Amino acid sequence: MSVTVGVVLFPGTNCEQDITWAVEQLGAEAVMCWHGDAVLHDADAVVIPGGFAHGDYLRTGAIARFSPVMDAVREFAAQGGPVIGICNGFQVLTEAGLLPGALQKNAGLKFLCETVEIRVDADDTVLTNQVARGARLRVPINHFEGNYVCDSETLARLRSDDRVVVRYVDNPNGSLDDIAGICNEARNVVGLMPHPERASDPLLGSSDGVVLLESILSAAGVRAGRHAA
Amino acid sequence: MIYEAQVEVTHRPGILDPAGATVERALPALGWGNVSQVRIGKSIRLVIDAADEAAATAQVDEMCRGILTNPVIEDYELHLQELSPT
Repeated sequence: MSVTVGVVLFPGTNCEQDITWAVEQLGAEAVMCWHGDAVLHDADAVVIPGGFAHGDYLRTGAIARFSPVMDAVREFAAQGGPVIGICNGFQVLTEAGLLPGALQKNAGLKFLCETVEIRVDADDTVLTNQVARGARLRVPINHFEGNYVCDSETLARLRSDDRVVVRYVDNPNGSLDDIAGICNEARNVVGLMPHPERASDPLLGSSDGVVLLESILSAAGVRAGRHAA
Repeated sequence: MIYEAQVEVTHRPGILDPAGATVERALPALGWGNVSQVRIGKSIRLVIDAADEAAATAQVDEMCRGILTNPVIEDYELHLQELSPT
């Protein structure tokens, strides 16, 4: 039985086809979840893809969190369902309060579009359960506001709880503690700035993102099994 | 009562401000070399109908914390003014 990945679509989202293609290549099904409907169509995992949700007006991700679909995402996350926010999706998750901190403008004050190396620092999350801790992956970034920031208590908690999921090997954007992605306390909600779906085929220059996508599908499979039982 | 609220949103200390930094670098080139600490923020104005000034302030404050600003990276100052009923 193949798993179903719900792909959240806000006006301004622009990576929904990429993640759909990438998970379908791996044998999963994808279903679009329109922002105006508070339903996830029986998805076993939810991905909030990149783009400019609601035009990123006011702040990146700020308006998106009030979309009806986010009520369904919040409930799904509270039940332990795997939720992954990529790039703008990460920004949406922080604005929605599902992940702590915020993403501020890059330290170099430039939009960055390049392939970077990230290191997996936690291997027990919905994004990394198929990857060995310490693994280094080449994955593209594509953002202006990717510089993670939070207060010192939050950072201390992220570190002591082992919730920094991926770190930049060579910090491109000034992100606090080289943070490229974090997870929530229950480890079923992960946000990251790099785009695994853009590193999902040798033709794209790297297929290092596949193990991350497989981790999502594995977590989705666990979730689906629990549903069936 | 009708009030006009003005919310000044600024980056919190330590948060990067590319627009401010760029302007600060540009000003000396135009001959104004004695300017520093340029910060560019946002100004939000809105009109609110509330029972009294305290109620209006409380609501705008709540809106600021709920959506208009992100307290992780932004500070704000709120100014309220009663609009004449004409």
